[in-house]
Amino acid sequence: MRKVYTRPRLLKRVPFHYCPGCGHSVVHRVMTELIDEMNLGDRIIGIPPPGCSVFAYHYFDVDMAESAHGRGAAVATGIKRAFPEAIVFTYQGDGDLAAIGTAETIHAANRGERITAIFINNAVYGMTGGQMAPTTLSDQVTTTTPYGRDTKIEGYPIRMSEIVALIRGAVYIERTAVNSPANIRKTKKAIRKAFQAQIDDLGFSLVEILSPCPTNWRMTPLESWQWIDKVMTKEFPLGVIKDITGKNDAD
Amino acid sequence: MSGNSTIGEAAIRAGCQCYFGYPITPQNELTEYMAAHLGRKKGCSFIQAESEIAAINMVYGASLVGARAMTSSSSPGISLKQEGISYLAACELPAVIVNMSRGGPGLGSISASQSDYFQATRGGGHGDYRTIVLAPSSGQELADLTHRAFDLADKYQIPVIILGDGMLGQMMEPVEFKHEAPEELPIRGNALRGAKGRPSRIIKTFTSKPTELEEINWSLFRRYQLIRKEETAFETFLVEDAKLIVVAFGIAARIAKGAIKNARTNGMRVGMLRPVTLWPFPSEKVKELAKRTRHFLVFEMNMGQMIEDVQLALEGKGEVSFYGRPGGVIPTPSEVLRVVSRLYHQKGLESGK
Ligand SMILES: Cc1ncc(C[n+]2csc(CCOP(=O)(O)OP(=O)(O)O)c2C)c(N)n1
Ligand code: SF4
Ligand SMILES: [Mg+2]
Repeated sequence: MRKVYTRPRLLKRVPFHYCPGCGHSVVHRVMTELIDEMNLGDRIIGIPPPGCSVFAYHYFDVDMAESAHGRGAAVATGIKRAFPEAIVFTYQGDGDLAAIGTAETIHAANRGERITAIFINNAVYGMTGGQMAPTTLSDQVTTTTPYGRDTKIEGYPIRMSEIVALIRGAVYIERTAVNSPANIRKTKKAIRKAFQAQIDDLGFSLVEILSPCPTNWRMTPLESWQWIDKVMTKEFPLGVIKDITGKNDAD
Repeated sequence: MSGNSTIGEAAIRAGCQCYFGYPITPQNELTEYMAAHLGRKKGCSFIQAESEIAAINMVYGASLVGARAMTSSSSPGISLKQEGISYLAACELPAVIVNMSRGGPGLGSISASQSDYFQATRGGGHGDYRTIVLAPSSGQELADLTHRAFDLADKYQIPVIILGDGMLGQMMEPVEFKHEAPEELPIRGNALRGAKGRPSRIIKTFTSKPTELEEINWSLFRRYQLIRKEETAFETFLVEDAKLIVVAFGIAARIAKGAIKNARTNGMRVGMLRPVTLWPFPSEKVKELAKRTRHFLVFEMNMGQMIEDVQLALEGKGEVSFYGRPGGVIPTPSEVLRVVSRLYHQKGLESGK
């Protein structure tokens, strides 16, 4: 009999604390599998954020350190500059990367830091109880937009990946989702390309992942998968947003 | 060499590998010195960061992987770094943070001030933590204490603050550097370097178990007690027969010294205690001096911050007066002499033995 599915070697044997149907756990699985496949386990350093994924270091069997909210890109910059042999990734929520950490993200990208940002867009602040995120959709109800996000008052869902794509130091940006087996496979492929851009010393890479938060969306896991397709991807279209890894320089 | 450049050179000679900073007067010469002399050095890195917040977090990152790292700023920028300093303290990471402080509050003024004493010595950011705080008062001491700051940071795995001021930073003084830059520094044993040939490692404080965090706090506290015991530093000047002791730090101590010399030529028995470590504060020394001297004059370029530590140390066993100039006004030695003379006479110290 051939074994076709097994626990990734770099995923610690600890039960996840995530809610059923949460996208974080899927991304963890995919990433630990990939890190092992790419043979990066002994030189990768990960920086998880304050957010639902704050305990990511209990699951990834690689070196990891805590970061202040939103500062992942700056911490990763310090790591990479002091220890260029490392492969460095940040793992950040939408509040973390696209609100409080916007400046750090944009400037790390602009310096072309050889780091990779894994950006979990679940359109809410999961950890703090479902408040509005910068990526919250128009009319979406959250605990701080109880009448739905009114773009006149609360502004628009921010397309961070498109913004970062304008920056010359960013070389690979893709938006994926983890709401179907096919999309999960694409997510893994995108992260592989992002890591490869870093390994090849090309510049900043970012993978934005539309990720279900059934708890705060008040949906079943299945409904949340469908909502990503029907609603989220309309605002945040999937696909490669920028890829200049084939060019000679990051310009 | 300017005080700011002196810190830069001393840092490089202490093996500083990473400098991350954001421009702010009056410390820009230090950032510029590092850009020129560290930026292109092999194995080293300089970044003009997008903010002080980013800079301190880059320092945090570099420290995670075992590098000797430094940032510098002046008062408003140091306020922005406090969250990062709290994380460094929590995760027991060495780092050197220079504050060439200026007048506050708010945007304040760019001239020299000592109004960040509370911020520096009380932790500054959130949580129950301490940082070692070194207060140089001359160009030579800027060099020596910068070197010491890196050693202390590594020895105790703690952020160390050098609290200078705008005047020290700008002053041109001859300096002797006592060290050559090391060829290579050993990598700290607990640094994150990738899980090669060892189990993976986590550096963090966040926990859902309050007792776990309590133990982290206890462990920090025990280290702080050790630092109090081992590293308290101060200078005394003519205290043996003094009837009045001026307590001052940094540039204020330098100004006070001039005043004290003049007071002595006028027959007044005045001495000085200058804390070199503001934290740990030389409380024991204050207590010891109070056995022979009753009167203390605390002189600061602020509205009275260190005076609280002097009063705490004295436990009511001496009389404490205060003279301060806030807002970035730099008092002259003759001004301080007038204050000393007035106090000396008011307290009737010229009479008797
Ligand atoms: C300086 C600071 N402000 C606020 C918080 C509280 N906080 C923790 S996580 C978070 C946002 C979480 O949302 P997101 O980044 O989208 O991650 P998610 O939980 O959705 O994965 C906030 C506001 C904090 N830890 N630090
Ligand atoms: S609240 Fe949302 S993001 Fe957080 S663990 Fe639950 S499902 Fe995941
Ligand atoms: Mg979120």
